[in-house]
Amino acid sequence: MSDSVVEKEASMEAQKELLAGYFARLARARDEKRPVVYSFVPGNLVELMSALDVAPVYPEVNALQSAMRQRSGGFIREAERAGHSEDVCSYVKCDLGMLMKGNVGPTGDTIPPPDLLLLSFTGCFTFMKWFELLRDQYQCEVAMLHVPYVGDGNVTDAMRAYVVEQLQREVIPKLEKVSGKRLDLDRLSELLARSRRAEEDLAWVFHSARNRPSPIDAYFGGVYYIGPIFTSFRGSEEACRYYATLRGEVEARLTAGVGPTTPGGPLLDERFRLVVEGPPNWTSFRDFWKIFYDEGAVAVASTYTQVGGSYERGFRHDPSRPLESLADYCLSCYTNLPLPQRSRILADMVSEYEADGFVIHSVKSCNSFSAGQLHMLREVERLTGIPGGFIESDLVDARYYGQANIKNRIESYLQMLAARKRDGGSAPRPPVHLQVLP
Amino acid sequence: MTSIDTIVGELEARFDDIALEHVRAWKQAAPNRLAFGCLPVFAPREVLWAAGALPVFVRGGGDRLETIRGDAFYQSYICHLPRSTLELGLLGHLDVLDGMIFPNTCDVIRNLSGVWQSTFPQHVVRFMDPPQTAEPASAAAYLHHELTILYGELCALAGVKATGARLHAAIADVSDAHAAARELAAARCEQPWNLPIDEVYLLRRAADSMPPPAWTALARAYIAAALARGRRPEDRIRVCLVGAFCEQPPRALLRAAERAGCYIVDDDLTLGVEPCGPDPEVGAADDPMTAIVLAWLRASRPSAVRYDQHASAGRALVERVRHHRADGVLFAAPSFCDPALLDQPRLTRVLDQHAIPYTSFKYSENTGQFQSIREQAGTFADSVKLWGTA
Ligand code: SF4
Ligand code: SF4
Repeated sequence: MSDSVVEKEASMEAQKELLAGYFARLARARDEKRPVVYSFVPGNLVELMSALDVAPVYPEVNALQSAMRQRSGGFIREAERAGHSEDVCSYVKCDLGMLMKGNVGPTGDTIPPPDLLLLSFTGCFTFMKWFELLRDQYQCEVAMLHVPYVGDGNVTDAMRAYVVEQLQREVIPKLEKVSGKRLDLDRLSELLARSRRAEEDLAWVFHSARNRPSPIDAYFGGVYYIGPIFTSFRGSEEACRYYATLRGEVEARLTAGVGPTTPGGPLLDERFRLVVEGPPNWTSFRDFWKIFYDEGAVAVASTYTQVGGSYERGFRHDPSRPLESLADYCLSCYTNLPLPQRSRILADMVSEYEADGFVIHSVKSCNSFSAGQLHMLREVERLTGIPGGFIESDLVDARYYGQANIKNRIESYLQMLAARKRDGGSAPRPPVHLQVLP
Repeated sequence: MTSIDTIVGELEARFDDIALEHVRAWKQAAPNRLAFGCLPVFAPREVLWAAGALPVFVRGGGDRLETIRGDAFYQSYICHLPRSTLELGLLGHLDVLDGMIFPNTCDVIRNLSGVWQSTFPQHVVRFMDPPQTAEPASAAAYLHHELTILYGELCALAGVKATGARLHAAIADVSDAHAAARELAAARCEQPWNLPIDEVYLLRRAADSMPPPAWTALARAYIAAALARGRRPEDRIRVCLVGAFCEQPPRALLRAAERAGCYIVDDDLTLGVEPCGPDPEVGAADDPMTAIVLAWLRASRPSAVRYDQHASAGRALVERVRHHRADGVLFAAPSFCDPALLDQPRLTRVLDQHAIPYTSFKYSENTGQFQSIREQAGTFADSVKLWGTA
């Protein structure tokens, strides 16, 4: 996603090209008379959008890309000057601030305004408020897809039927209207078949972390791996090629017994295997990662890489039942699951990937992730018998990222894990401090 | 006529009964009675009541409770409501409840449903995700299905038969309570000097945990007694209070706002027990559950926690201001409340277009210091009186 990783592999170059091509195509969308549809990453219906030849835009991705380029602070301040509270999600403010400043995207190209806001209401309540705000700005139509929250962990037939009906009666007609085309279900199925191929490769890549040493970092590296499949490229040949290349590289590292590629070079000494919960900080992404790889800590699994699809846990799009499969996809995204299930997923990953510990990165912005994470911390500790680490910052608001404090916490957590390893698992866990940083 | 002091005394006692002894007494007074906690904002009251379950709105502990253990569940950047709600549970104050209903109000309440499942396994926990969709047919079918399942479960738990007749009767009871709530709102709008916010608030909070018919009678008794006071109006501005629909401001804050020179003539403090549109319309032969579902879908009162399908929330607020002859709007939002705070810029933009003055502040339920809020409300009132604008 960014060019900050020093040792370039073919997949990284391929991803960079994918992204650059995407933003360039987007900038041409108006001239080429391609309708533009804004949507969100969790529960996105990209195959449906591709089948109708509309150009998708993901405001969250713009926000995180802006943050990686140190531009989010200005956008957030702009939104706050316009009356948006400092308390609310910084993704929303970053996006609104970018809009106020002319909607120039992370690569310098102007993002075209939407013809339709496709509000896939999956896993986050703020999405709805966000698009209400954008609708006011753009005065355009909204297609609302209400994906019920899976409160007790079970996707029911009624939920699936409800989502499918909305697709049929609300979403598809509105997409057809802006695209001027009729949906061809066969084409949709073809796209879903390609999604499935890429999903297989991605899941294989994540599962490769079961090996020692892990050939991947499933959190810091993982956010790059999910880039294409969580956004505009699922269902495309380019995505299939990208994931095949990625898999090949990981296979080669596995054969060579080499750890993940980091900005500091290949990680040669895997000292700690961690599971990570929560989104990363994007404003200091590289520094944040460095804290971990400097200590030989590798994320062998993460939950953030499941927000846009639970491929690692087995979900695959099914071309033989396209709409039902899209519904299942939306319903099963990680943040659409209840906390007890989220805790179990974390605990299962700790044992499946033979992790030494787990770290929760709690971000101020995101109630969807963060509200209840302290409870999850205790639940996962109870389920695994392993103490967890807890750190706090924000996604794209650098005011809440404190490098020294986070470094301190991670280092003492890792020291505790080292002591546990030496003492056979009895070292006490460091205290949890409940303060937003700095 | 019961004296106003007696009624207000009763309301105070109910409000202070955070251990819900009055709910316990109600349950014990007859067999097959259940009580179900309902988190803000919307709950299927008719369905619960039909099954013999008293809907008990749990709106946090407010400033009546010191939150200690609940704080250990949440980071500093999460609102206060889930902490004090957990505190109530951990102190055993919610033991009288047979279960809890968590509506999809926001991600905090959504996630609290999961915390509740593991922390209080003795409670039946149900998550309600009423449709936000703009597509009415699928929404109606889905909500009907969900409510029918809930109704069946509740009736089985109570040991009663899930009949249409019970639903018909419950709709009638809740509609009566809504009628009384409308009378209360009208009386307050006309004579806020006789129906101060503090008392009206206590009365509406009583609706949170009273059987609807009993509350209807109490509300009507209060209205009659309050109107008979014969107080004289003071030189205060009239305001609508917006954004305090979930975590509740301390009562003292409401009092402070009024004493600073405002009459609060409209608010969204107790959404859930307030009518939000037409009541279910049901003939004897109609399916009562369908009527409940349609009433939900037709609910006309916008709120920050429902999808604003027609982009009408701003206009609706202007209409409320006009209807209540308000001079301005006080935005009061709980700190870190995404729904309320994200709504404000959309609403203020429309108020600006209509030259309606407003001011905004944040609070938390256990705020002890109101000096700045009092000053802000006072300055607002003064400037509106002087210049008609803030
Ligand atoms: S609250 Fe979380 S999931 Fe929702 S928009 Fe913000 S960062 Fe994304
Ligand atoms: S106060 Fe706001 S954020 Fe907190 S639980 Fe209520 S609606 Fe959600």
